[in-house]
Amino acid sequence: MRHLSYREAMREALREALAANPRVFLMGEDIGKYGGTYAVTKGLLEEFGPERIRDTPLSELGFVGAGIGAALGGMRPIVEVMTVNFSLLSLDQIVNSAAAFRHMSGGQFSVPLVVRIATGAGRQVAAQHSHSLENWYAHVPGLTVLAPATVEDARGMLAGALADPDPVIIFEHVQLYNAEGDLPEPWTTDIHSAAVRRAGRDVSLITYGGSLPKALAAAERLSGEGIEAEVVDLRVLRPLDAPTILASVRKCRRAVVIDEGWRTGSLAAEIVAQIAEQALYDLDAPPVRVCSEEVPIPYAKHMEDAALPQTEKIVAAAKGLIGSEVPA
Amino acid sequence: MTIAPPPSGPVPYERELALELLVDMLRIRRMEEKSAELYGEGKIRGFLHLYIGEEAVAVGALHALKPEDNIVATYREHGHALVRGMPMERIMAEMYGKRDGCSRGRGGSMHLFDAKTRLFGGNAIVGGGLPLAVGLALADKMQGTRRVTACFFGDGAMAEGVFHESANLAVLWKLPVLFCCENNLYAMGTAVARYESETDLSVKAAAYGMEAGQVDGQDVVAVHEATKRARQRVVESGMPVFIEYKTYRFRAHSMFDPDLYRDKREIEEWKTRGPLHTFTARLKSEGKLTEEEFLALDAKIGQEVEQAVAFAEASAWEPVEDLARDVHTPRAST
Repeated sequence: MRHLSYREAMREALREALAANPRVFLMGEDIGKYGGTYAVTKGLLEEFGPERIRDTPLSELGFVGAGIGAALGGMRPIVEVMTVNFSLLSLDQIVNSAAAFRHMSGGQFSVPLVVRIATGAGRQVAAQHSHSLENWYAHVPGLTVLAPATVEDARGMLAGALADPDPVIIFEHVQLYNAEGDLPEPWTTDIHSAAVRRAGRDVSLITYGGSLPKALAAAERLSGEGIEAEVVDLRVLRPLDAPTILASVRKCRRAVVIDEGWRTGSLAAEIVAQIAEQALYDLDAPPVRVCSEEVPIPYAKHMEDAALPQTEKIVAAAKGLIGSEVPA
Repeated sequence: MTIAPPPSGPVPYERELALELLVDMLRIRRMEEKSAELYGEGKIRGFLHLYIGEEAVAVGALHALKPEDNIVATYREHGHALVRGMPMERIMAEMYGKRDGCSRGRGGSMHLFDAKTRLFGGNAIVGGGLPLAVGLALADKMQGTRRVTACFFGDGAMAEGVFHESANLAVLWKLPVLFCCENNLYAMGTAVARYESETDLSVKAAAYGMEAGQVDGQDVVAVHEATKRARQRVVESGMPVFIEYKTYRFRAHSMFDPDLYRDKREIEEWKTRGPLHTFTARLKSEGKLTEEEFLALDAKIGQEVEQAVAFAEASAWEPVEDLARDVHTPRAST
């Protein structure tokens, strides 16, 4: 078992993929000479050369589209879009080409493309650099959407994504890059299942990505108060692993869904809807959501903190479900 | 606007090639005339963008390309699919929405795909095919495959940011892309002069550092020759080349378009430059074709159209149980 950072785990995964398959190549803004905005690709240009570690112009629509074309042409491109904020400029190609090609060609053309996108808030970079729009992508049939939240998943999920013959979007929360953890061997490459990160019995905390550490911290706090929370890490945002979610909710009978996206139309809303549709009579209380407040993310620290899901809010939401009565 | 005189002059081809070009233009024309009729009968629905008037572009250009080349086309692509070698019956069945359509009825008129002839759609987002062509060419370059990717797009796409991003990438990365701009003078209903700061589109392309030229898109000989030269330049230089085909659609943008934005005289004037009748006249004047021969060819094409319609009529509807098919590639095991 090794101890390493999320960033190092992701870099190892990229290096492994590049070494294993000559058709794999990387392209994106500042991934080569600069070393990657979040330093994930640092050193790869020197190791694999400019043909395979391809710096692009600031042309998100163009180079994501070129990634799709290269995938159609027999390559296995891994395209890095610097952040989800800029990925909006490439959304047309992802939705109208990558996601639709197989279907609208009657099954003739699959698009084996992997797109890595940094996401999330918490760094005081204000409204245009703090989005969590994973739900936009998770809305689209034809895409698989991943949110690795642990060192193990940062190391393993890329291989799963590359083994998939269809487009896969990987969201990496910017607050996770420095997170450290132990890497078990062998690590999982599964890209289909949610994972229970902490077992519990009183309330399910269902979350993904950058909110996972907050949910785990909340579970720890709740445990100190005699409430055993179960923490479910979605890992895969499309398609959702409903059986794992529902099993946890049925066991705990209470659910808090934590999502850094804005509440309205959020992934959390979809999960609550699925719980209501399929497990309503197993619940002791209505499911609740802890999401971002409905404001563009502000710059000032105290205001940004107030806008985002926080451990205290999760603790309060869980306790609110259970009431003042602590379960036996 | 004054337009150039109709295409004329000798046809520098053996009779066989000359007739091939004529027949392919006529096949597109007759297939689409029938499609419009079938649209009126409700057999074909959705959007139907006819290529009538522009046939010389697809025919001249595709005859200049090689079987190994990649083709990326727009939503006005019936002609490209047909000339590329897709059987007319598969096109017709697709427009009917039937299971035997080239895209199993999932795409319709705007999404004709054919892996066998390397036709990568049928793209209904204006400019949507451009970066795909760049990526296809990149894949070829990285894998050492000698091939040209020909990307067809309209004048309207030149105003999209993605044209500029794609042109920049293709030159920057030295990619074998043939940019084929079918300039029919209107982006849907807006004339080029009303949306372009520079109406000479080849000037815009040349600004990226690629060879760029214009050709009379109503003259199948000129299109064929220019595209052959351009393809050769792409192969020799390994660099992208841009061709603007000046053309004109004789029908409305789509079946929903009342066509109120063009002067009827302008349409009539352009019809004097029709690719079919001008080419036919040239062949006749050179003694390469008689009226009887023309009528015989036309009758044979009429049969092909009738057979395509019969095939589409007879083809089955895909069962609704298969709705979710082809959203994802089937896995060996999950």
